[in-house]
Amino acid sequence: MMLLRQTVSRLITTLITLFGVAVIVFVVIRVVPGNPIAMMLPPGATEADIERLKTLYGLDKSIFEQFVIWFGNVLHGDFGTSISTRQPVLSLVLDRLPATLELSIIALVMAVAIGVTLAILGTRFRGRKTEAGIDVANGVGLSVPDFLWGLALILLFGVLWPVFQISGRVSPRLELPFTSQFYLFESVLRLRFDILADLLSHMFMPALALALPLAAIISQLLKQSLKETVNLDYSVLARTKGYSETKVILSEALPNSILPTLTLVGVQFTFLIGGTVIIERLLSYEGLGNMAIDAVINRDLPLIQGIVILFAILFTFVNLAVDMTYAFLNPKLRHA
Amino acid sequence: MLDGRGSIRRRAGARLWLSALWLALFVLAALLAPWISPHDPLAQDLMLGRLPPAWMAGAEPGYWLGTDSLGRDVLSRIIHGARIALIVALIAGTATCLLGSTLGLVAGFYRGWADRLISRLVDIWMAFPPVLFAILLIAVLGTGLTSVILAIVIIDWTRFCRVVRAETLNQSKMDYVHSAKVAGFTRLRTLVAEILPNVLPTIIALLTLEMGIAVIVEAILSFVNLSISTDQPTWGGMIAEGRTSIHQAWWVLVFPLIALFFTVLAFAQFGDGLRERFDPVLR
Repeated sequence: MMLLRQTVSRLITTLITLFGVAVIVFVVIRVVPGNPIAMMLPPGATEADIERLKTLYGLDKSIFEQFVIWFGNVLHGDFGTSISTRQPVLSLVLDRLPATLELSIIALVMAVAIGVTLAILGTRFRGRKTEAGIDVANGVGLSVPDFLWGLALILLFGVLWPVFQISGRVSPRLELPFTSQFYLFESVLRLRFDILADLLSHMFMPALALALPLAAIISQLLKQSLKETVNLDYSVLARTKGYSETKVILSEALPNSILPTLTLVGVQFTFLIGGTVIIERLLSYEGLGNMAIDAVINRDLPLIQGIVILFAILFTFVNLAVDMTYAFLNPKLRHA
Repeated sequence: MLDGRGSIRRRAGARLWLSALWLALFVLAALLAPWISPHDPLAQDLMLGRLPPAWMAGAEPGYWLGTDSLGRDVLSRIIHGARIALIVALIAGTATCLLGSTLGLVAGFYRGWADRLISRLVDIWMAFPPVLFAILLIAVLGTGLTSVILAIVIIDWTRFCRVVRAETLNQSKMDYVHSAKVAGFTRLRTLVAEILPNVLPTIIALLTLEMGIAVIVEAILSFVNLSISTDQPTWGGMIAEGRTSIHQAWWVLVFPLIALFFTVLAFAQFGDGLRERFDPVLR
């Protein structure tokens, strides 16, 4: 019962947040200095042309009426037409979304793998040099953002020891037999492991750059809660039963420490997705973020607006999903 | 078992001093830039393009870290780039701190509709990817130093607001707040004279962290060519140039990257170190 009520109230706050996002985006776009119409017209347009476009876009109405019209369109999935490409914003944006999603998910997997491994190693060798080394690595990983990791990786794996692809999503020479933009997913389904290897080689650096800060956070938090649980009664009991220290950590401490880490990973995952904007630019990966920066440089406001709203929807739903998962997994909430 | 506390204290001390040392160098370089940089950071000389650093074959004496494709001295540009980084760190960091902390204190102490409104705003802000939000704001506000600082403040106040609100909520439940109430303190006086000093260590640690973040945001905006005018040397701008010529002249990318890396690391570690040193619980 409580779970249901919680779900409903959480859904309502999600909707309020999304409405707030729409208001902010509208306000930011409309305070743009300079006439948005002027940017859509070729030079030499007459005063009458401007007036006609203004009526077409509803810019002659009050700001409140403009918002109602704009918001109605957005609700119908009509984000307008991109100024630079003359194509509908929605289809442009949805075309790029899979690339960014695949990158974010691979990065998340890497972050969890690195973070959990370091946390287990640090707990296994607690109080020794290994743990001290992991602490220093965590400290650096936490303080240095993805943008700098991306640059460092380019130098390392792109120049000094060039083993990975330094730009793009897939090598242009490859013929892609795909019907969707989910290249990674489709290459697995169609058993095209040559394409899969190429995709992963392109993805390695951007994904690792995104993963490192999150890996440090996971490692730090999980190590802390593991170190608390390895001294609890059930771990001591397991040890007296003759379990090795590694087995105590893996089978006793880890399942009991995973929940707080899981919540944190969820929240931090949105930061990771946000990081794709600059990382995609840095490594010329053809995703949403790269498109957003091009849109800003071309002053393509309808496109920017569409991308920002899509990201906001993505963030809000990731947060919602995390909260719901937590509610289902947490026995205190489930049985209340 | 090692003496855990002792080794942690020693490590924290070394961390604090090393980061303070780097930050002092950074501030000095920024303040003294016109006097200590060996060359004019804007002087181009195509005859001296892409000179390697001093210890490599083909280097020219006096150009310690080499030159970029236009023959501009990399070391002088890094020293001058520290100026923009320092200005952004100080002004954007402080302004963000003031706005976010004030809202956090108000929300956490007065609760009620103010808290509901502020918390809802934070939720909405958290739905935007920060870098994308910054780029969008620059597109609207126009490029320039003021826009960059304004964009950082508009985006990052939530970082202070969330933490300070939570901390204020905790402090408000403490006995000393009740005593202040009994002693007849006004609400405002309780907040400013009693709660604020206890939240201050957290705020200061966040402030140094935020200064590092401001430097990074400026570098990112310079990197995508949306920060300030291109004739002012910035680390982000240098990195963007270096990125395009890493195979011919790696030093154009590496040295500004090192400067940026250590500055950001130093700000974060300095804040952490300060908190560990002055936090009564950890001490």
